[in-house]
Amino acid sequence: MLATDERPVGSSGAAGEARRMMEICNACRYCEGFCPVFPAMELRRAFPEGDLGYLANLCHNCKGCWHACQYAPPHEWGLNLPKTFAELRAETYAEHAWPQGLGQVFERNGFVISMATAICLGAVLVLTVLLQDRAVLYGAHSDPGAFYAVIPYQAMVWLGGLTFGWAVVAMAMGARSYWRASGGGPLPWPALKAALKDAGQTRHLGGGGEGCNDIDERFGVGRRHFHLATMWGFALCFAATCAGTVMDHLLGWQAPYSWYSAPVLLGTVGGIGLLLGTGGLFAIKFRTDRAPEATARWGMDLGLLGLLHLTALTGLALLAFRHTGAMGVLLAVHLGFVLALFVTLPYGKMVHGVYRLLALVRYHREGHGAPSGE
Amino acid sequence: MPDPRHGPGKRYDVLVAGGGNAALCAAITAAERGASVLIAEAAPKPMRGGNSRHTRNFRTAHAAPTATLTDSYPVEEYLDDLMRVTAGKTDPDLARMTIEESARAAQWMHAHGVRFQQAIGGTLSLGRTNPFFRGGGKALVNALYLTAAGLGVDVIYDAEVTGLEIDDGHFTAARLRHRGFETRIEARAFVAAAGGFQANLDWLEEAWGPGARNFIIRGTPYAKGDVLKMLLNAGFEPVAEADQCHAIALDARGPKFDGGIATRLDSVPFSIVVNKAAQRFYDEGEDFWPKRYAIWGRLVAKQPDQIAYSIIDAKAEDLFLPSLYPPIRSDSIEGLAGKLGLDAKALKATVDAYNAACAAEGPFDTKVHDGRRTTGLAPDKTNWARPIDRPPYTGFPLRPGITFTYLGVRVNTQATAMMANGKPAHNIYAAGEIMAGNVLGQGYLAGIGMTIGTVFGWKAGEGAARHAGN
Repeated sequence: MLATDERPVGSSGAAGEARRMMEICNACRYCEGFCPVFPAMELRRAFPEGDLGYLANLCHNCKGCWHACQYAPPHEWGLNLPKTFAELRAETYAEHAWPQGLGQVFERNGFVISMATAICLGAVLVLTVLLQDRAVLYGAHSDPGAFYAVIPYQAMVWLGGLTFGWAVVAMAMGARSYWRASGGGPLPWPALKAALKDAGQTRHLGGGGEGCNDIDERFGVGRRHFHLATMWGFALCFAATCAGTVMDHLLGWQAPYSWYSAPVLLGTVGGIGLLLGTGGLFAIKFRTDRAPEATARWGMDLGLLGLLHLTALTGLALLAFRHTGAMGVLLAVHLGFVLALFVTLPYGKMVHGVYRLLALVRYHREGHGAPSGE
Repeated sequence: MPDPRHGPGKRYDVLVAGGGNAALCAAITAAERGASVLIAEAAPKPMRGGNSRHTRNFRTAHAAPTATLTDSYPVEEYLDDLMRVTAGKTDPDLARMTIEESARAAQWMHAHGVRFQQAIGGTLSLGRTNPFFRGGGKALVNALYLTAAGLGVDVIYDAEVTGLEIDDGHFTAARLRHRGFETRIEARAFVAAAGGFQANLDWLEEAWGPGARNFIIRGTPYAKGDVLKMLLNAGFEPVAEADQCHAIALDARGPKFDGGIATRLDSVPFSIVVNKAAQRFYDEGEDFWPKRYAIWGRLVAKQPDQIAYSIIDAKAEDLFLPSLYPPIRSDSIEGLAGKLGLDAKALKATVDAYNAACAAEGPFDTKVHDGRRTTGLAPDKTNWARPIDRPPYTGFPLRPGITFTYLGVRVNTQATAMMANGKPAHNIYAAGEIMAGNVLGQGYLAGIGMTIGTVFGWKAGEGAARHAGN
């Protein structure tokens, strides 16, 4: 007998469920102190699909609203916002994927990521072995240009550049599509700046100061800290790559670099951050109460976590053993994981960063202050 | 935790019957004083917390602005407010004690894991008087259960009290039914914090007559009043009348139990409200809704078949929070009457008479008593009266929704239950809805239920721990 029962359900089950729940939440509003979703909800009386996509991506899955919900199962209304929003988020990733047809990869994302990784890893390894002389592959190299002795410079630059360039374009196209679907409009700098600040601090994994409900009804900052380590670890690794590119292409200094050089320092710190961050997020995932989790979508989450973890692990191993005969194989394995990461970047969980950032921009553009913590 | 399937449980210092805020405040207070405590909660874990699960704030006195409250709310003003809403039907000593102690309630809650937020949303303007629990009452209950667990308090869920062994005010043991198994728990002291009897439709019918079957129970279905009845049968003195309760008017389409806040309907001041004969029966514009919502439950309860209809036109649609249920709409008053099951001619006549009586002078303003009133009607609408003349017309059905009943056991300022012969019980304490009628003989003051539960929960816990220690 809820309002939604007499209205057409959204095009998907998740949107219809999200709308039904938002209408109940909007009549309750007890959770408004937890996160931006509720103040944004309170501005609305009706929930068209674009708005639901906005709210779903504004949700940081802290699960405060699940544990505080007086209407959670076994209540007959059976509210479960974190799970419903997680499912709807995955649908928005598919809907705005570019090119459109590739949205299907979000359906079986864990499978797709693992297959893509297997193929990339296999291809790089097989090609390296086929194309390189055994003596080169298993020899110890430490002179400038040693890496290129194993994997040719041209192959590295072209493959890396093309796949990463494609990922950037595809994610930008997805961002454009998502922004339009959730209402469009300008992207004012103050809102963007505020959104970047929120994202940089993962402020809304703070749940209003106490943290998220990582495991159960206790609040904790574990997920926030591990997410920060993952995000900034990734950013530092990316910065390491940029620094290496500048040193190599502009300054003509060829890798491997010494341990105190910018690329190695950034990459080491970033790699350790990624390793610890993804490991911690894995551990939380396996310990958490599954009731508010969209476990059917875990393949997507675990796929990216695994890929990042293995990329970091092989990168650090390469650093540790780069002056030994293991360097050739380690380099090939590491670059295999990096290639898989680049190829799947716009077709996996990584896109959450883009859509959530845009949702935060819209949130700030709507002129909300902070959710009222203490 | 005792498992009744393995024979009698261990003996506790304090047994607390109930699992809401009052029970938790008592259990935590007793455990902090070194007592071993068992909480027997009738609900399963996901539904634990009694009506506290549906609350959002409590009313506290404070002398200066706090992190979440503006201005000050002096004890004397709070007392005046209580005297006004109860028309003096309160125990002045208990009322003063409750209000004075309320000043430390927010701090105590914070120290025990509860978090607060600014009162930014919703319909009630309570930013000066009531701190809001972040996440609402279930978040508060979760925090207090975690704190209790940290203090070693045992909790048994799905545990219904089926009997109390009490002799002349002296408690020795309680019988519990847990998932079909019966067990007997001995304790040195007993805290009754098991709620009112609002979920017991038979008892409501005794108090209200057959119309009670049409009431909606807003809160937990576990408040059957069993412990209250056992205490009254064991010779404790009742307080407040059985038909006194906190009741509001809410959307008649809500669930029978546990609908909580979400089925409330705030259209009344911007509407006319008619009964099933399509006649108005009370001044819809008497005061702001936050000051009047609590009387409309009783008003609707006294109408035939306990049903009423709030009727607005297109001008009023956006003046109140949307209902959870779809608006019932028509382009004509007669058409709306048909959809609501009312006599079309009668409703048209009521609306026409109301429209003719609307004196359209001065600006319509929802923020003040705008004085736009009708003249010559019985009853008149004294504020926010505008003709109902712009289609589509919308109707919402209203039912009385009971939050909690006031009939309880008399207590003293130590939360000790009082015998009918005037003697205090030896080792029995009461807190929460089961004794709220001591302070609330009638009427309601938003958020005072949780304040009573908190303060008497502390007192009960202190008393029980002191007794157990002797």
